[in-house]
Amino acid sequence: MSNTRTWETKESGPHTYKDMLHPLMLKNYGKWKYHDRPRPGVLRHVAQSGEELYTVRCGSHRQVTVDIVRRLCDLADKYAEGFLRFTIRNNIEFMLAKKENVDTLIKELEALGHPVGGTGNSISSVAHTQGWLHCDIPATDASGVVKSMMDNLFDDYTKEEMPNRVRLSTSCCEINCGGQADLAVVVQHTRPPRINHDILAGICEMPKAVARCPVAAIRPTAVNGKPSLMVVEDKCICCGACFGACPAMEINHPDYSQLAIWVGGKNSNTRSKPTNMKLVMHGLPNNPPRWPEVNSAVKKILMAYKKGGKPWERMSEWIDRIGWKRFFEETEIPFDKYLIDSYRHARTSLNQSAHVRF
Amino acid sequence: MSNTGNGQFLHETPMLDQLESGPWPSFISGFKELAERTQKPMLRGVMDQLEYSYKTRLGYWKGGVVGVNGYGAGIISRYSMISDKYPEATEFHTMRIQPAPGFHYSAASLRKVCDIWEKYGSGIISMHGQTGNLQLQGIEEKHVQACFDDLNQEGWDLGGAGATVRTGMACVGPARCEQSCYDTLETHQRVLKHFTDFVHRPELPYKMKFKFSGCPNDCMNSIQRSDISVIGIWKDDIQIDQAEYKKWVNQWGKDRLINEVITLCPTKAISTKGDELLIENKDCVRCMHCLNVMPEVLSPGKERGVAILIGGKGHLKVGNMLGSMMIPFTKMETDEDIDKFTDLSSRIIEWWCDNGLDHERVGETIERVGIYQFLEDIGLEPNIDMISHPRDNPFFKAAY
Repeated sequence: MSNTRTWETKESGPHTYKDMLHPLMLKNYGKWKYHDRPRPGVLRHVAQSGEELYTVRCGSHRQVTVDIVRRLCDLADKYAEGFLRFTIRNNIEFMLAKKENVDTLIKELEALGHPVGGTGNSISSVAHTQGWLHCDIPATDASGVVKSMMDNLFDDYTKEEMPNRVRLSTSCCEINCGGQADLAVVVQHTRPPRINHDILAGICEMPKAVARCPVAAIRPTAVNGKPSLMVVEDKCICCGACFGACPAMEINHPDYSQLAIWVGGKNSNTRSKPTNMKLVMHGLPNNPPRWPEVNSAVKKILMAYKKGGKPWERMSEWIDRIGWKRFFEETEIPFDKYLIDSYRHARTSLNQSAHVRF
Repeated sequence: MSNTGNGQFLHETPMLDQLESGPWPSFISGFKELAERTQKPMLRGVMDQLEYSYKTRLGYWKGGVVGVNGYGAGIISRYSMISDKYPEATEFHTMRIQPAPGFHYSAASLRKVCDIWEKYGSGIISMHGQTGNLQLQGIEEKHVQACFDDLNQEGWDLGGAGATVRTGMACVGPARCEQSCYDTLETHQRVLKHFTDFVHRPELPYKMKFKFSGCPNDCMNSIQRSDISVIGIWKDDIQIDQAEYKKWVNQWGKDRLINEVITLCPTKAISTKGDELLIENKDCVRCMHCLNVMPEVLSPGKERGVAILIGGKGHLKVGNMLGSMMIPFTKMETDEDIDKFTDLSSRIIEWWCDNGLDHERVGETIERVGIYQFLEDIGLEPNIDMISHPRDNPFFKAAY
């Protein structure tokens, strides 16, 4: 590799998109009339001109390779006029001008191991993070959790039998990069960070680490005559924020970094306003390679929602209707005091009424 | 394809191998296929380290500083903390690439990315990261510049990382959606291009995210996930095709109309009169529900624009915050409209740079400094769409 550069960087920003659009998308840009779903995993968009565009959606590993992508490109060339797109939940979409190609493409995708589905009232794939494969602060893996979750929920990806769409996410630390979701699995640290005094002064900007703490639990100190930091363990809320600023604040632990399940995050404005998800389970073990305890709890919650939810009810709307008490009954999750908020604005989550269900 | 590691190029990875069974696509099988074909030592080292993480339940990557000429962001550097154990995994940096708005690709362009990536890097790709980047994972520092130069010649640029304006996200938009009330793709393109200096050079208090959703379905989760959320909306009446309505009722029946459309309208704005569907548009909150159930019948109104919400962010540090409404309606069609929006965004970013603490998202800064101060400094008129309800305490001092 030569060290002399001949190319001068173009700060071009996002790649241009017009050259990335299927010809029927370009032709009917902004002129679509409606769409329907002929079967799970397939959308049919009808333009004002009457032209139809079929979309076949399939699941992916998200963590893909050049080999996998090249095979997808081959299918795009063969059936989809050379174009494809990805969804926010790592699904792949092929747009087809010809209806007769839909079934053939589905067969080819399934033969390659890509399940077709993820549309409408299905459980779509998981928005997830990087985990042990690539992140510098993860307490668990991401892709492995997703693989084990989606193996377990596979049928509801390929069918449309849920009350409404289900969005899942996983996150490997409490920053929650996976984001809000109908159901999310998020790391929950249960012990304050252990402090590696040997390396702290050498690798951390101490004022930055102190400032990062949301509850002012980190203080300067001296250990063996060297400047370092200490944590007031009574105040610490085990959020792990300091670890991002200072890797010597070792928050991750094979046993004490556990997993929690959150439900009822809703991104869309449909019917009810968007909502934040709520904590319903914590203290689940971080148990690779298949996280059986987490997966069985996830499945139980989703199947209770599948059984009890009315058409179009998202997870949060189902819970709004039946109440949190019945949610815990139907999912057989024990309620404990840590599910009662004690952080900022906690009072708004208390029941300030005489409304009680028996 | 399972257990291809034994006795061949790869070492044994018994825990990872357990992720090869089951119906969902296995990223481990994908990695193995790639590693056995290309025989890249980095892949073997990374799989060894990942196996070790699975055994010990800990991560072993640390950050550092790797970049390309002139940029201060866009490469996520990863060095193994246990490179003495797994020297092949010593370096495993990621290049964040800004895809085209809407995650649209031509197979030809994607193939070129694959070829460049196989030449310089590991061949592992994440499609896509949570911020919306095409992530090329696994490259050594010495190849980063050449790899970027090749990608840049094909029209690809690095995305944001750290305290920058981050790579944006736009929904499929007018390219394939009947509900899209503005051109999400063009707006994304223009806005991110405008802020490209902030994308490549970290000089903000923390991350700043733009997301563009064509309608209040908000498929980009912009209210939850972006500091500046741009959501398509309309001002006038929902368009009703009464002929399609009659067909819809014939096809799906009155029960579905009553149970799934009329009673689920959050503001009870829908009724019927004889063979016609009526909507009291003054009561409608543009929630999208009825349009989603009967897209053949109902369409957004003709006077279309965007609503702008500010301040969404994730858990750290004050807890999750949803963006809140700042501008309920503004046009987003002409160059001037987009300029107006980038001006507003610049004012917000400048205000946040002046007032924000280290690692504070703009929503947190607004909460800490106060909404009055924010509105006054930005030059936004307070409006009633900003609130769910008026204050329920008397503690304020009106101007005198």
